[in-house]
Amino acid sequence: MEFKLKIWRQKNASAKGKFENHTLKNVSAEMSFLQMLDYLNQQIIESGGEPVHFEHDCREGICGSCGLYINGRPHGPVTHTTTCELHMREFEDNSTIVIEPWRSKAFSVIKDLVVDRSAFEKVIRAGGFVNVNTGSAQEANNIPINKKISDRAFDAAVCIGCGACVAACKNSSAMLFVSAKVSQMAMLPQGKVEAKDRVEKMVAKMDEVGFGFCSNTYGCEYDCPKGISVEFIAQMNREFFSARVCKSKR
Amino acid sequence: MSKKGFRLSSLSHKYVMAAAGAFLMLFLISHLTTNLLLLAGDGGEKFDQAVEFLLTNPVIKIVEYVLFAGFIIHIILGVIIELHNRKSRPVGYKVALKSDTSAFSRFMIHSGIIIFIFLLIHLYNFFFVKLGLFPVYGGAESSHDFFPMVVVTLQNPVYAIIYIVSFVFLGFHLKHAFQSAFQSFGLNHDKYMPAIKVVGTIYAVVIAVGFSIIPLYFLFLYK
Repeated sequence: MEFKLKIWRQKNASAKGKFENHTLKNVSAEMSFLQMLDYLNQQIIESGGEPVHFEHDCREGICGSCGLYINGRPHGPVTHTTTCELHMREFEDNSTIVIEPWRSKAFSVIKDLVVDRSAFEKVIRAGGFVNVNTGSAQEANNIPINKKISDRAFDAAVCIGCGACVAACKNSSAMLFVSAKVSQMAMLPQGKVEAKDRVEKMVAKMDEVGFGFCSNTYGCEYDCPKGISVEFIAQMNREFFSARVCKSKR
Repeated sequence: MSKKGFRLSSLSHKYVMAAAGAFLMLFLISHLTTNLLLLAGDGGEKFDQAVEFLLTNPVIKIVEYVLFAGFIIHIILGVIIELHNRKSRPVGYKVALKSDTSAFSRFMIHSGIIIFIFLLIHLYNFFFVKLGLFPVYGGAESSHDFFPMVVVTLQNPVYAIIYIVSFVFLGFHLKHAFQSAFQSFGLNHDKYMPAIKVVGTIYAVVIAVGFSIIPLYFLFLYK
């Protein structure tokens, strides 16, 4: 297969970026998208150029590191698929592929296609955890949890924090990510204890780091590689309202 | 409750926006019901009776203030949210987002601006006359005698077209707004949301078509 690539190149956060054109021949249809970029970089290095920087780690759709905006969609044209799981057979031969970094005020470009997603870390550090006493873990079955609730919590917990929801949202809102993290813990006994504090702190941090406001367009759900539902956003809306209205001042 | 926090949070914006919008949606039902009396074919008698009731009822007077507050809050918040969201993505994409989202939801600010302009025209046609800011017209006997003013306004093809086009955009706005309000209040349930979306679509169509019938009636049928 042969492709014309239009790739965003940017030296650093303060530099002005631009698109760079490459023509890549002899691409195997079985290559993953990241292998195709490796292949491109090999050619760039051999010709004395600077390779294209992009983020990746597990390459099996779990870590959430890879995240490229490909032809107008975060993670490319295949629904519920991360960039690393995307294969070149999904693209038409001799077509042009435009590759951009996530665009958001909260995700500044570090270099080329790599963005700084520490805004997500800040939101998690604000409250996206459960405080427990250290020591040996207790027997898991000591706390009975309804199967439907545990399954539902797991549906939220599959969020890999890749940032596609922010990239897909016309407002750059992080509501799907934050709501998934809030909901997964609010539904389980261990997380319920701090649920009200957690949602307030995480929403406050989400606003502080510069994400946009949600306007319920649901592009986030459509482009989430893990298929997380906007029902969790509704759940966070309930949790936050409940925290604001019901939480004692003391 | 921390007032500062409530005012600043993105979710609070959603709640207030949705609450104001929900109130305006209820108002539209009441407004349409009254306006459809214009089609009674009785020279505006029933419509005048309804208007008289609305203008003299003290409860309605209070509701009118709430209504204005609802409009102002909804409009101002809409602008604030739009400006904030534009700042949240200072550098846009070369290839526009291809996510499968409804056009009604993507263009809420645009349909909202059109409705706002229409609202100003509508206030100029009727409400400002009622307040005495503009003289009565169309042979109306007083600033509360709306029927002759409605006839003159809606028999003017330019106004009739402006009204109908605005109602179509109002329908687009409501198509997203109805289910969006439920989502903002946290009322999204896999069992009920499909029904809420259907009801929202029916509501949007009824409002848009219901209001559009009135200028069409005065333009083509009323003698």
